[in-house]
Amino acid sequence: MKHLLSIEDLDRTQLEQLLDLSERFVEVTRRDIPKVPALRGKTVVSLFYEDSTRTRISFETAAKRLSADTMTFTVASSSVNKGESLRDTVQTIEAMGIDAVVVRHPHAGAPHRITGWIDAAILNAGDGRHQHPTQALLDVLTLRLHRGPSLEGMRIAIVGDVRHSRVARSDVQAFTALGAQVTLVGPPTLLPEAVETWDVDVSHDLDAVLAEVDVLYLLRIQLERQGEALFPSLREYTSRYGLTAARAARLAKDALVMHPGPINRGVEIAAEVADSSASIITQQVASGVAVRMAVLYTLLGSGGPVA
Amino acid sequence: MPESTRVPRATAHASDQSDPASTAPVPPFGSASTAEFLLRTQVLSADDLRRAHTRIAHEIVERNHGAEQLVLVGLHSRGPAIAQRLAVAIESFEGVSIPVGTLDVAFYRDDIGLRPVQPLGPTEVPVDVTGRVVVLVDDVLFTGRTVRAALDALTELGRPRAVQLAVLVDRGHRELPIRADFVGKNLPTRQAEDVRVRLVETDDVDADAIQLWGPREDGP
Repeated sequence: MKHLLSIEDLDRTQLEQLLDLSERFVEVTRRDIPKVPALRGKTVVSLFYEDSTRTRISFETAAKRLSADTMTFTVASSSVNKGESLRDTVQTIEAMGIDAVVVRHPHAGAPHRITGWIDAAILNAGDGRHQHPTQALLDVLTLRLHRGPSLEGMRIAIVGDVRHSRVARSDVQAFTALGAQVTLVGPPTLLPEAVETWDVDVSHDLDAVLAEVDVLYLLRIQLERQGEALFPSLREYTSRYGLTAARAARLAKDALVMHPGPINRGVEIAAEVADSSASIITQQVASGVAVRMAVLYTLLGSGGPVA
Repeated sequence: MPESTRVPRATAHASDQSDPASTAPVPPFGSASTAEFLLRTQVLSADDLRRAHTRIAHEIVERNHGAEQLVLVGLHSRGPAIAQRLAVAIESFEGVSIPVGTLDVAFYRDDIGLRPVQPLGPTEVPVDVTGRVVVLVDDVLFTGRTVRAALDALTELGRPRAVQLAVLVDRGHRELPIRADFVGKNLPTRQAEDVRVRLVETDDVDADAIQLWGPREDGP
């Protein structure tokens, strides 16, 4: 494994090996000195063409806890504003002597393009509507830490704007590859084209699936898409698909609530539900550092479980 | 951390080799990589091993003038089981319970990037090692590189008053200035040979054994 571009590139064994390794790094991150020397001398660059706080900081924390050096390339203050192309930008960065580039880009496939231009390992931190593989890995890790190593038979509903969500694409692939049963829930305008080709069930009625799921995974309503008239109003969305306190009360007793963040309190999830004991949203963030350590270690250090 | 002395089951090695913490098959020295390996000698039987454990347990207590402030830390994969046995032995004649921990050294090795290096188990040391005498425990001492990594890993957990090393077999061929304080058996070997340790706790066998194996062409 040289790059991490898509969950699709990983088979079940590779996924499970990455998750096992992630659990070792969970232990490392809990130590008083949460740092190991494994990637001393390696340099990891984050190259973000879209806003992100948690993903970028999570990757940088992961790299630092492996003793790698990190550099941040923020588009806002770079030569990209002078019209530099993506190719020139990454080739310039590579010339500085780096080992991995963590890329977020608004266009699907941009990380894959970069692999053809430079030799460094490329880690996809989100490309357009396509993929966000480390998010899916951290979601699975969070579930494993709560429910044990197997997702076999687990019933997971993913609710909201699946159509525009790279998180949903990566999550569906990871969850189903590991044996979970996924139901996508949302209005038809927010479900993907050709959803019938996905290995999932589909529902337009959150109330109908609520009581039957082990995990309710809420997607962020992308407020910037409001102008596209995909749903009549935020209030209407919340009334049909928001996890209100009343709906949360109808979840199975030990059901878990997840969200990739950042959350819109009062829209897809009520504030008191986000802060309730069923919510494992902050654990998702904690898991992010461990899975990104596992991915960086696998790409830059060990030569694999996924060699 | 919990006062636990859990000994996790070790990952089975894909292939045997002499450096206990190496996780990948290493071709035997020279061109004999396809050679068939044959049993040379039984180095220690189950009874021999039981006596070796008992003797090492006594030596540890004797060297440290008692069992106060001792903590045994086993290196994956077989060290934790051996450390547990030593702790049971010490408790049987000293009447004190010795904390036992486990240490994984993968992320501290110096050959990351040269071959696949994967962790073999969790690092769990149930007490603060600062100020204590830590006895690192492993099955075979070979190049010393695993112990070097273990010293780094241990230092991250605290500042022990002293660190000692107990191994079942010292097979020579050191590449670093490291020696064991407590040795079950000194075993002269050739580099191409394998010291194969089998313990009931870690290896799905009915009886413990340590054997010396070597390639056919290289036979005696």
